[in-house]
Amino acid sequence: MKKILLGNEAIVQGALEAGVDFVSAYPGTPSSEIGIIFGKIAKKHGIYFEFSTNEKVALEAAVGASFSGLKCLVAMKNFGLNVASDALLPFVYTGTKGPTVIIVADDPSCWSSGQSEENSRAFAYLAHIPILEPSDAQEAKEFVKLGFKVSEKFNIPVIVRTTTRIAHQKMPVEIGKIKRSKTTGRFVKDVNRFVTMPPRVLEMKEELLDKIERIREFAEKTGIIQGRASDKLGIITSGISYLYVMEVLKEFKMNIPVLKLAFFYPLPEKKIKNFIKGLKKVLIVEELEPFLEKEIKALAKENNPKLQILGKDVLPEVRELNTEKVGLAVAKLSGKQYRIPKSSSLNVPKRFPRLCPNCSYWFVFSAIKKAAPKGTIFGGDIGCYMLAGFPPHNLQDYLSCMGSSIGIAHGIKKGSGQKLITLIGDSTFFHAGIPALINTVFNKSNPLIIVMDNRITAMTGHQTHPGVGQTGMGEPTEEIKIDEVAKACGVKNIKVIDPINIKELQNTIKEFLNKKEVSVIVARRMCAYWAKRLKRKK
Amino acid sequence: MPETFNIIISGTGGQGLITLTQIIAEAALIEVYDIKTSELHGLSQRGGEVETHIRFGEKVYSPLVALGSADLILGLETLESLRAFFYANSKTIFLVNKFTLSFPGSPKEKEILRKLKTITKNPKIIPASEICQKELGKEVVSGIYLLSYAVHKKLIPLKPNSILKAITKIVPEKYLDLNKKAFELAAKPGFKHG
Repeated sequence: MKKILLGNEAIVQGALEAGVDFVSAYPGTPSSEIGIIFGKIAKKHGIYFEFSTNEKVALEAAVGASFSGLKCLVAMKNFGLNVASDALLPFVYTGTKGPTVIIVADDPSCWSSGQSEENSRAFAYLAHIPILEPSDAQEAKEFVKLGFKVSEKFNIPVIVRTTTRIAHQKMPVEIGKIKRSKTTGRFVKDVNRFVTMPPRVLEMKEELLDKIERIREFAEKTGIIQGRASDKLGIITSGISYLYVMEVLKEFKMNIPVLKLAFFYPLPEKKIKNFIKGLKKVLIVEELEPFLEKEIKALAKENNPKLQILGKDVLPEVRELNTEKVGLAVAKLSGKQYRIPKSSSLNVPKRFPRLCPNCSYWFVFSAIKKAAPKGTIFGGDIGCYMLAGFPPHNLQDYLSCMGSSIGIAHGIKKGSGQKLITLIGDSTFFHAGIPALINTVFNKSNPLIIVMDNRITAMTGHQTHPGVGQTGMGEPTEEIKIDEVAKACGVKNIKVIDPINIKELQNTIKEFLNKKEVSVIVARRMCAYWAKRLKRKK
Repeated sequence: MPETFNIIISGTGGQGLITLTQIIAEAALIEVYDIKTSELHGLSQRGGEVETHIRFGEKVYSPLVALGSADLILGLETLESLRAFFYANSKTIFLVNKFTLSFPGSPKEKEILRKLKTITKNPKIIPASEICQKELGKEVVSGIYLLSYAVHKKLIPLKPNSILKAITKIVPEKYLDLNKKAFELAAKPGFKHG
């Protein structure tokens, strides 16, 4: 039976068919639906699911569950892997006990990930972690299962890397049988296996490198070669780029050989060498940085030194690919004429995203505008309140990664002494804001921090967080209060204000801006959109 | 029907583009086509510009409609249909909801419609929002209304019944009746579409 599934839904289906036991996630577009769906279905399937405080903790939770023998899935967006990377490297050294797959969703063209155009494939080199790259929703499901298989066979965590156009792509997906899950395993002590300390850790690295070579042998049997063998032209590609290649070849009515890789790391070197043997020209089609191209250039040196390799000389390194861009590259490879249809620019003015009509942030932004003296610096963080940076608000002078508004605020205060207000959301505060808040107290700086506490992780589709009082599976839990956290961190000036009391908010901003120590205002009012949804549910 | 039928739906966040996309995909699956769609989620969609891509046919690879290759642009908002011009060629049909969500600096509806008439030979501009509001008391089903119009006028090579089946499958029970009414409203023979 086939069902229309979103790439992320297909990933969930793949995990269910593999019999996943333990799932943890921190929401982030374009990976968020994975956690949302597991939150809804975990109980029914006898699976444990949690939204963790951040991606590092999500991965650590899975490390522990894997050490206890459970089959684990962790889902995050690209930047989440940066946060989780500290836990990732030793996990690849110790290896898994219960098979573990990590879903990492990249976002070429930065549709919903503004901090950088990250290519998470680079983590393969840093961590020696196998990476699989599906091309479509069907393959996303298959590769999750393949990932579990590789993980089980070699006791190593495996990354399945998607991009926006796979995560948010829909297609008919073949539905298979769901395997039974279990929620209880057992941690069996094994110091030699679970403790990374020298000198053992260096042996672990040797074992890991050896393991990677064995996985490379396995990878030789994966991937697809299609098209007619030719002694002249060929294309090597993987992931979403493969779809654009096939679309172009269909349009050009060309039938040249295409090698589509499943593994980005470790690469099936023999397979690639065989493929390029005797070719005159090969085109490498990959998004963002030319990692495959560099590898293949090195392989060709031994194997086919005269091979002409086209890659980033005919394809852009910035922004996602599409059929048109790949069409131009294939035309250059084959000497065909191809013109991208000229698109006349109509000069349609940009429509900026806006705060929802009843959003409490309108009140906060307005109070800040009225209360902050000229020249005040405004720090931004990751959440709906990034809209402060767009007209009509224009209240965002710097913006970086999750939780950074406070850390950077401290540096600006120390470095310049200028008046400064930072905005940070409730979920973001728990995710990465707390260590930075402690640092402002510890190292004595005085930014004004406004926590935009809308009682939910709103931007990514309304997931729970530690301040909500409910777990990702909908169970009641301790509600951690942001003002109490701030107090425990040593903050003296704290006020919780419902932002519709705009006058009080304004006066407090004015008052706190003159304090010698750090100040925290918790602007607490539930996300209007979420409040409406909750009402409808009842 | 061309080898692959390419649809762009354009509009603004909250107009139900994702549901419409899912309905068309389900209907195409009922008719045993291969299908790919692409959509974007996240902050940029909060009341901002949204476009989704739907492609169906014998065999579909890319989820993205290439520049100048749309067969149909289904515009739920006038300015956003203009923005999708990108994907149009001389044969592309524009089916546009006469509904404008203006913002500071945006052109007037009259101007947008005039522009629309200059860039395409045959724009079908239908006051779907107004009709749905008047007849059903809910403007939000204007997308379903337009979709129904499109399949009944054979602007999309799918059977109306497949769309209706897809609606029944996808739309939550609570809103099913309303959506079916919007679908039937556009199908009425002799009904004046504004």
